Amino acid sequence: MANLKEVRERIKSVISTQQITKAMKMVSAAKLRRAQEGIVRFRPYATKLQAMMQNIIANMEGDSASELGQVRDVQKAFIVVVTSNKGLCGAFNTNIIKEAIKLVEGRYAEQRASGNLYMMFIGKKGYDYFKKHYADIRLMDDYVGILEKINFDEVVRIPEFLMDSFKDKDLDEAVVVYGEFKNAAVQFARAEQFLPVPKPKKVEDEEQKRSFKADYIFEPSKEKLLQTLIPTILKNQFYKYLLDTSASEHGARMTAMENATENANEMLKELKISYNKARQEAITRELSEIVSGAKALEEG
Amino acid sequence: MQVVVLSPEKEIFNGEANRVKVPGASGQFEILNGHAPIVSSLEKGVVSISKTGGEPFTVAIRQGFVEVLQNEVAVLVVPED
Repeated sequence: MANLKEVRERIKSVISTQQITKAMKMVSAAKLRRAQEGIVRFRPYATKLQAMMQNIIANMEGDSASELGQVRDVQKAFIVVVTSNKGLCGAFNTNIIKEAIKLVEGRYAEQRASGNLYMMFIGKKGYDYFKKHYADIRLMDDYVGILEKINFDEVVRIPEFLMDSFKDKDLDEAVVVYGEFKNAAVQFARAEQFLPVPKPKKVEDEEQKRSFKADYIFEPSKEKLLQTLIPTILKNQFYKYLLDTSASEHGARMTAMENATENANEMLKELKISYNKARQEAITRELSEIVSGAKALEEG
Repeated sequence: MQVVVLSPEKEIFNGEANRVKVPGASGQFEILNGHAPIVSSLEKGVVSISKTGGEPFTVAIRQGFVEVLQNEVAVLVVPED
């Protein structure tokens, strides 16, 4: 049986750890709220933009293919890995990294072998992992810190760079691996093809039909409009990846810290029981010593 | 007519207006009540929204799109810092 002093020390240390996890949970909750607001504010813009593109395509006869949708033989591949900068958020980063490894060792194994696989990192966790385990791949760390404060103007430099490289045939395919945000408790690690862009499809829904019927004037031409819209949509898409990952990170951390706090509670319960047992034992021992001492005196 | 100006980071303007001036790709143009449906890309310039009797509301933009449909104007912009 553990002695009293030892147990007391353990209890103290568990309590102080619990205070930390509780505080971290609260901070994450606040950050999550802010990140979610960002997503909510972005949504109307993104929805409207998408609707505009649908409009144009619906009114277009013939091909809506764009330069950025050109499917080529994949010589050079590019993976963008978006993780968080800090740990202590459960399996969040591990899942994203796993998803990226799947690509590296599966779909792009050939490109990797011939030295034509490039990886870019946003968020330190992913970069640290690949630097350690995959030194043979060309890793870019120019934008590792961008998640600290997500700023649209800064973020769009990455998709701009990717699109330019794609046009110059410096890359034939680009995939983004990130943490998709569903809600505070649910996040997915997802790999999404960024380039070439899939050909925009026509969708049918009521709201859309209303605007399809309108006899639009298109300025400049539908084709030219589409050529400016597609890059804009891609930039937004990329911005969304970062917003999502950031919200997911805080959600994951909040859940992880909540669990840690709960575990600490469990531990405290058990420790208190063993503390009381030890105390009880000590008292019993003392009592029996006194009683037997008194008895010895009486008899003597 | 109802006007809404959106950027990726926030809603910039939402309200009634009589006149919206935008820097269209093929030249600046003005949208008045009952304008025909149009979709246009916008160039670097200034979007100006005015209401009779009030000061116009202006936003400097780098790039954008405008859509007019049934007296609803949606302006999507990347604002100039």
